[in-house]
Amino acid sequence: MAEIFLAHSYLVLLLPLTSFVVIGLWLGRSNPSAAAWLAVALAAVNLAVALTVALASFGHVFEPLATGGASALVALNVEWLNFTPSLTARLGIYLDPISVVMMVVVTTIALLVTFYSMGYMKGDEGYGRFFALLSLFVFSMLGLILSSNIFQMFVFWELVGVSSYSLIGFWYQKPSAVAASKKAFIVTRFADAFFLLGIIMASYYAGSFDFTVLNDPATAKVLAQQTLPWGPGLPVLTVATLLIFVGGWGKSAMFPLHVWLPDAMEGPTPVSSIIHSATMVVAGVFLTARMFPLFAAADLTMEVVRVVGAFTALFAAVIAITQFDIKRILAFSTLSQLGYMMFSLGAAKISGGDGGINSLAYSASIFHIFTHAFFKCLLFLGAGVVIHAVHNNDLAHMGGLRKQLPKTYWSMLIACLAISGVYPFAGFWSKDAILLGAWQSGHYLTFGVGLLVGGLTALYMFRFFFLIFHGESRQETHAPLHEDPVMTLPIMILAVPSALAGIMAEHFFVTHVIPPLSSVPSAGILPHADWLPVAASFAGLAGLLLAWFLYGRGSRALVAVSQERMGFLYTLVSNKFYIDEAYLFITRRLIFDGVAAPIKWFDRRVVDGAMDAVGWLLQRGGNGVRLAQNGLLTLYLGMSILGIVLLFLFGNLPF
Amino acid sequence: MTLANSLLLSSILFCIGIYGVLTRRQLIGILLSIEIILNGANINFIAFAHFRAADPTAGAIFPIFVMAISAAEMALALAIIIAMHRQKNSKLDIQQLRRLNG
Repeated sequence: MAEIFLAHSYLVLLLPLTSFVVIGLWLGRSNPSAAAWLAVALAAVNLAVALTVALASFGHVFEPLATGGASALVALNVEWLNFTPSLTARLGIYLDPISVVMMVVVTTIALLVTFYSMGYMKGDEGYGRFFALLSLFVFSMLGLILSSNIFQMFVFWELVGVSSYSLIGFWYQKPSAVAASKKAFIVTRFADAFFLLGIIMASYYAGSFDFTVLNDPATAKVLAQQTLPWGPGLPVLTVATLLIFVGGWGKSAMFPLHVWLPDAMEGPTPVSSIIHSATMVVAGVFLTARMFPLFAAADLTMEVVRVVGAFTALFAAVIAITQFDIKRILAFSTLSQLGYMMFSLGAAKISGGDGGINSLAYSASIFHIFTHAFFKCLLFLGAGVVIHAVHNNDLAHMGGLRKQLPKTYWSMLIACLAISGVYPFAGFWSKDAILLGAWQSGHYLTFGVGLLVGGLTALYMFRFFFLIFHGESRQETHAPLHEDPVMTLPIMILAVPSALAGIMAEHFFVTHVIPPLSSVPSAGILPHADWLPVAASFAGLAGLLLAWFLYGRGSRALVAVSQERMGFLYTLVSNKFYIDEAYLFITRRLIFDGVAAPIKWFDRRVVDGAMDAVGWLLQRGGNGVRLAQNGLLTLYLGMSILGIVLLFLFGNLPF
Repeated sequence: MTLANSLLLSSILFCIGIYGVLTRRQLIGILLSIEIILNGANINFIAFAHFRAADPTAGAIFPIFVMAISAAEMALALAIIIAMHRQKNSKLDIQQLRRLNG
């Protein structure tokens, strides 16, 4: 029975593709509401298929930690592009613990968000188009997750980028949305260029695109022995893994390539919810986890992964405290949580010693992807309800919505408690596992940053929460607000996993979702830290109480108070450390003026000038010759006779 | 009558023809001059056939060919000239017919 489900796992890709094609080509235009229902129905079927595949694979194929570790299954493997006999790109479906977990997350979120969109997008001009693009995204995302080789993954990686681009720019009449979509595409594409280089380098030396080969310890050894034929003889393993990681760096919006994610909030809220918080942005983390055995063999790469992740977690959390656009707060919060996942993967490499692998840190990262998807999706969908009700994104125009939006209030309270890591909500367990993993691996500074960010997370999330729902209303109008049941139902459904996913799934993740242990040396018995959950909870509660003290009670003049107390520092942080301005300076002033303008001058004046000179000469010459062509037949005849005579007289000359 | 005289006659005719082609302004005049050039060439053929060749008939056939072909050619040329004449403002003056200019 299980084999049948696994053999038909390609249906998970086929259903959203069908939905995209049918809605995109035909139904979206002719009957948008039927298109929406079709998208929801296919998403529901898809979730059912994904769940059966997950049950079949975890029940019959994957082995838990106790019996030797995880295994993987290639459910489909078709030859696609035969570059050379030794290097063939295949199309396949690769089922292993992380891809199956991600598949379940994506299909679940996809169903809820599609359903929610029926309410949120109601009356929009591009109603049908929205569902087509959403289905395209789900198809691409599932393709990315289930790819059996890195080449196929790159194709879907770009498809995900394209659907993200078109959904950020969904309201293409808005110039800011167009600018944001271009920014997102260009920044991620910039990173993807390095990713492609890394793919080429790794697969050239490994002789294959397949993950099964790339993740083989023998491949890591081969790559570690080779050095690049140019430059100072860098080892291929480090360079290739770093280049591949840059792809994930851009997609997961790690500092300093994070600039596109806050701007991506220009898209419709359901899009932000599914693409820019729950699924697509974790693709970078997923890539790192997917290539983990290869990455783990390169010490420097693991170091980079950890440092970049930890820095982004802290950096984004600090910015989130000062923002007023509710979607941007959530975007920075997403950045911060992505930093958590990333540094956790980096921290799986045990500091010092024999370079063993701490499988807990790896599991914790995937676990956090899992829990974060639910509560962050909930937060975005809840923010969508609030925006829908208030018609504003700005915290300064909210406040006191608790009575008017009760369902949203309670659901978002659960999500805020979950993301802040309060016992026993989902985030507590995954964050605790991440911190424990970092501690056990001996990365104490990273652990400290994680603990601090835990406190900051509680602070900015409850600032967000209190300013929306508590205090006095700061709305301009006092019309009664209402909650659309189509929009509140998915939120209330998501509140369940946000509350319970941690406590129920922790054991499962720690024992089943583990790195392919056969390929990496496992660590010995690691120290336990019983005090750690207490410390993490304390950090979270401290942040929560600070938020209550600052924002919970009333509606004081918001900006003024904080600005007066913090002065310059506040301005710096609320302007996001001027990273966007720095980018503009680098691109406009340095690259455009310093590099592009001289090149343009050279092109216009020297290259074009040389061509123009040749043309000018020919034209002038032509004008001279034209005088002879005066149409006088007599002259033509005379010239031919003269020519014949000259030929007769001088015809024997060597020219 | 010698070969030299005949050749002299043919080259005089040829030169008259060339002169006529280059100086006439009327298309008809140019056509006539071309005929004179062809006749000069014909005399050349016959002279060589008469004075030099073993079998004079072989040389005599060429002028007949030339005359036949030039007759056909003239018919064509005259047809074109008549067509041009029928066009408005066309005076068959070579100075005016300058549509071949570049």
